Amino acid sequence: MADDQVIDPSGGAALIESVPAELSSFRAFWNAFRENRGAVLGLVVVVFIALLGVFAPLVAPHSPIEQFRAHVQQPPVWAGGGWEFPFGTDAVGRDVLSRLIYGARISLGIGLSVMVVSVTVGIVLGLASAFLRGLVETVVMRIMDVITAIPSLVLAILVVAVLGPSLTNTIVAVTVVYLPRYVRIVRAAALSELSKEYVVAARVAGVGRLRLMFVTVLPNCLAPLIVQAALGISDAILEAAALGFLGLGAQPPTPEWGAMLADSREFIRAAPWIVTLPGLAILVTVVAINLMGDGLRDALDPKLRRS
Amino acid sequence: MAYRKPGISMFQFIFRRVALTLPTFVALMFVTFVAVRLVPGDPIEARTGERGIAPERLAQLRHDLGLDQPVWKQFLDYADGLIHGDFGVSIVTKTPVLNEFLTLFPATMELAVCALLFAVVFGIPAGVLAAVKRGSAFDHGLMMVALTGYSMPIFWWGLLLIMFMSEYLGLTPVSGRMDLINYYFEPVTGFMLIDSLLSDQEGAFGAAVAHLILPSIVLGTIPLAVIARMTRSSMLEVLGEDYVRTARAKGLSPLRVVGLHALRNALIPVVTVIGLQTGTLLAGAVLTETIFAWPGVGKWLIESISRRDYPALQGGIMLISGIVILVNLLVDLAYVAINPRIRHGG
Repeated sequence: MADDQVIDPSGGAALIESVPAELSSFRAFWNAFRENRGAVLGLVVVVFIALLGVFAPLVAPHSPIEQFRAHVQQPPVWAGGGWEFPFGTDAVGRDVLSRLIYGARISLGIGLSVMVVSVTVGIVLGLASAFLRGLVETVVMRIMDVITAIPSLVLAILVVAVLGPSLTNTIVAVTVVYLPRYVRIVRAAALSELSKEYVVAARVAGVGRLRLMFVTVLPNCLAPLIVQAALGISDAILEAAALGFLGLGAQPPTPEWGAMLADSREFIRAAPWIVTLPGLAILVTVVAINLMGDGLRDALDPKLRRS
Repeated sequence: MAYRKPGISMFQFIFRRVALTLPTFVALMFVTFVAVRLVPGDPIEARTGERGIAPERLAQLRHDLGLDQPVWKQFLDYADGLIHGDFGVSIVTKTPVLNEFLTLFPATMELAVCALLFAVVFGIPAGVLAAVKRGSAFDHGLMMVALTGYSMPIFWWGLLLIMFMSEYLGLTPVSGRMDLINYYFEPVTGFMLIDSLLSDQEGAFGAAVAHLILPSIVLGTIPLAVIARMTRSSMLEVLGEDYVRTARAKGLSPLRVVGLHALRNALIPVVTVIGLQTGTLLAGAVLTETIFAWPGVGKWLIESISRRDYPALQGGIMLISGIVILVNLLVDLAYVAINPRIRHGG
């Protein structure tokens, strides 16, 4: 991390006074974000990978699933291969580069879908627990406790075992696994906002409950949520790739990075590039998103910005 | 983390914290029961294969397994069994799930403990050094490495290590816990390191260690990154405190200030974070054990899914999650015990 002021939020609790999070202006945020070189680098890489994914059909030299039977396990360009397949071909002659490019679409797609669904559900459940308290809160939070108690991958495996392995079910499974953190963040933020005077004022002024929840309180809970959402994308990508690797995620011939790794296991000796490249793609994407997320945290969290 | 409302005694706090885990356990029973019931495919079908069996035999089997009972009755039987330590009988191996789990768990525990040791032994000193040399090249380098470690797809990391260390350099074995061609001994404790020493066979202990190296590194990578980051930030915080400045002003040697005064307090949140790695380790064990063909509970769990072994899946998830809940509870209680700010209700 380039910025030395970073203090892990879970560790620095004692240092931090509670200051209302505000998204004053995009400009202030951008200026703070721009100072962090790592975060900007992360952003650039993420945008690059996202563009590759979006324009995959235009960028990729070949189809991700076409099997070039004459070019099975051809090495990449730097290991004596030709420019027709710059990153070589896999065990059935598919172009590794094209599969990686299409894989960006899938991995980022999974990450974003998981994030959007779990943030939405997290906001609803978190606000509901904070506002309704009582039975609703108890039930929701107990369920979140159970979800957290089961190790993430084990739970994801259980969900996939119930629903059957597929790309959609991977998204469902990973969403379930990461839901509790969003619910907890929203609930905690909303609870601390609820005791503040502006909320009391809004209540006295007769603002309806739904408006109070979503219009008055929610915008003030957004900063920690946005940070968590950004970091959550990378966790979702890792988890989905792990499921793919175990054969419980995307099914062949889908060019999902984790599944590509699983296919490559037996060729460690014969074709190391098939093993190396998909993992590298996962690592670079996840590191870039995490760098960006750290930068977002520093820029959005006014408690840390002041220090 | 355990924050305590002012005005309740420590005893009340502990009681409340323990009581809160009970509904979690009940909910866990319910979730595992329902989820496993929803898994497609019939366990009997999976066992008899495509040829099928006579209808009477099928009915008999269903009766033996309790599958002909109403669902609510099955759940009550299940819950009652769990309370009495009965986690069901594996449909495939016909041995009690608890026995199977206990046979395999030492392998997972040995791996997890070694991975955690690896993470602690390298993570804490690295974090301390980074904090002391804040802003240096070492600090920046370490934080970059930690970020990479934190972002690592460990199944790929495992394959890379096998590719380089085992296939290319030929330094470490590719898979398993022991070199079974050269050494054989009866399991006594289930922990290969101890059993190999007890066996008195020359070289057996070395072989056990060699088998543990790569899996421990793979499983320990994420905890290592988390511990190093946590130690660094906690240390940075403590180094800015008044008492550390006082200690420095008194003229104590830097080593004494950092090692004695600062580290002791900086480690409180680190210990909590270490305790909370149990879930990460057990989840990571599924992948690590799969890659290295490590005969532990993670690999067993994955296999019981493909075998449609409901009771094994159910019992395994119950047991693994139960361990995580209990360890987290102990960590919370330990945190109360070692953190005076919470202990004295400050």
